[in-house]
Amino acid sequence: MRNKAEKRTPEKTDLRLGFIPLTDCCTLVIAKEKGFFEKYGLNVALTKEVSWANIRDKVSVGALDGAHMLAGIPIATTLGLGFSKKPMVTAFSMDLNGNAITISNELYERMATLDEVAAKSPFYSAVVLKRVIEANRKNGKKPLTFAMVYPFSNHNYEIRYWMASAGIDPDHDVRLRVIPPQCMVENLRAGQIDGFCVGEPWNAYAVKEKVGIILITGYEIWNNSPEKVFGVTGEWADKYPYTHIALIKALLESARWIDKPENRPAVTEIISDSRYVNAPAEVIKMSMTGTFQYASDTAPVSLPDFNVFHRYLANFPWRSHAAWIITQMYRWGQLNEFINIREVAGKVYQPDIYREAAAQLSLPSPCNDYKTEGVHPGPWQLDENKFQFEMGSDRFFDGMNFNPDQLIDYITGFKIKHRDIDFKQLAKINKDQSTFNLKTG
Amino acid sequence: MTLETKQLSIMLVDELPERSEIIKKILEKAGHRIVARASSKADLTSLVNHYHPDIIIIDMESPDRDTLEHMRTISADRPRPIVMFTNDEDSQTIRRAVKAGVTAYIVDGLQPRRVMPILEIAIARFNEFQTIKLELEKTKNSLEERKLVERAKGILMKQSRYDEESAYKSMRKLAMDRNMKLSDLARSIIAAAELLK
Repeated sequence: MRNKAEKRTPEKTDLRLGFIPLTDCCTLVIAKEKGFFEKYGLNVALTKEVSWANIRDKVSVGALDGAHMLAGIPIATTLGLGFSKKPMVTAFSMDLNGNAITISNELYERMATLDEVAAKSPFYSAVVLKRVIEANRKNGKKPLTFAMVYPFSNHNYEIRYWMASAGIDPDHDVRLRVIPPQCMVENLRAGQIDGFCVGEPWNAYAVKEKVGIILITGYEIWNNSPEKVFGVTGEWADKYPYTHIALIKALLESARWIDKPENRPAVTEIISDSRYVNAPAEVIKMSMTGTFQYASDTAPVSLPDFNVFHRYLANFPWRSHAAWIITQMYRWGQLNEFINIREVAGKVYQPDIYREAAAQLSLPSPCNDYKTEGVHPGPWQLDENKFQFEMGSDRFFDGMNFNPDQLIDYITGFKIKHRDIDFKQLAKINKDQSTFNLKTG
Repeated sequence: MTLETKQLSIMLVDELPERSEIIKKILEKAGHRIVARASSKADLTSLVNHYHPDIIIIDMESPDRDTLEHMRTISADRPRPIVMFTNDEDSQTIRRAVKAGVTAYIVDGLQPRRVMPILEIAIARFNEFQTIKLELEKTKNSLEERKLVERAKGILMKQSRYDEESAYKSMRKLAMDRNMKLSDLARSIIAAAELLK
């Protein structure tokens, strides 16, 4: 296929792609606005969708050819979690990071009264939150309520990870609910919720409106963690392989263009339009130009990796990212069936399609599909395939490591998790290098 | 539960007041009670918990779909049928693809004579689906409960040098003394063993 592919024209050229109005839809928007889709012979109509459920359903039934998706959606839909079952694949990761956890001023005040220094620290704020929760419980107050955007979202896994690291059980100690991103700030203002985990521009907007304070960014929870992907159905990918490759070439070029700092003001301007994110450019600008303001009374700080669109091999669909997401599905009881995690990760994440598209653009790709996470506290070089890739740090804020060869050990290693799963059985099916079996005999 | 025999409380979630007014009239004429109408600005989870509607009708283009889906994944929330209406041009394809009972889509749904039959079908399918799901869960649970008891028995045998029968007996006695289900006791034994590991 490698040599022929370049000459083959896309099987289908009129395409409808869906997106949710969040800043990280920019790779699709720029590919359209800057003519990258056109360059590869594709006539793309972008349609703005209102819910991840709609994105999933419309892609599932072919009303959309493909879409901007939370990384968990193609996996959850393939496994039939949630409400429909349809094999989906992704060959392109749209970005890394991009979320943050914001709480109400009132909750922050309570935390600051207990321990102002710790409340301000992204590394210790969850510990202070736990003290507030305990005090509430003693006084018979109702539990705090937090919101995220979708059950199979990184936001859900991030806020749970962050809470659990401090001993807060997100299923018992707080209420966790879903609120659409664009409604988060209003709900926080109205006191319906005490905090949320959401993507941009909504954290910056809460700070600008002085209704909330950001405690920690997704980047700080796990440096350069997976976020959105470009997803299609498995059926679609089989039927239109050359269209798929052409799409990924256009998206790769778009991501490369977005990654240049000098293009960021233009990206901000374009996506703030009412057809796309429909939010003030000055709010979108913050994260898009790599600055971040945690509270309205503190100065913006530089956080260039708050949202990464291309560098650090950000577009490569690492199967280890898929495997990590599946470990969290088990951890939180979303997945109860025994599956071979790497087999599912291998089905849904398709790095070979990415490699083909990248090769046609003369971009090198790594030959491994899996990488270890949590072992690089700073920038590092991945030596592979005669190339050196500049990679970003991959640290988890609690210092844990994720070894994709020991998945069952990783899940069982968490103190707070759902306990209804027979991990021994899971270990048997996965047969990886976990020592779990040895420990339990 | 059929629509003829029971007055339903229905929650309507729509962004367009004029359109909800039409649907509300249709439903009220058929004898049902509209308990709440929420726009996406309102906190839907609290509204549903407050009003306990029998059925939720939502505009497919409302962002609250994600909230409703999440509520259904939480076992503490009583699942309820959700009907969606849409004027989307893709609705033919979507309707074809929607699985029976989970969710129903009303397509060009504002004609009075079309709304009620679709609601009836949605509720009937939902009930059917719930029954099957409950039965499946019961079977699955009893199998899993047996496994849990087996595991807990194993732990006791290893830790306390019980033989199989006395391990089982002491578990049963403890469960009875504490007024617990055997499987719940097994679960706590397993959890305790994991903590001590």
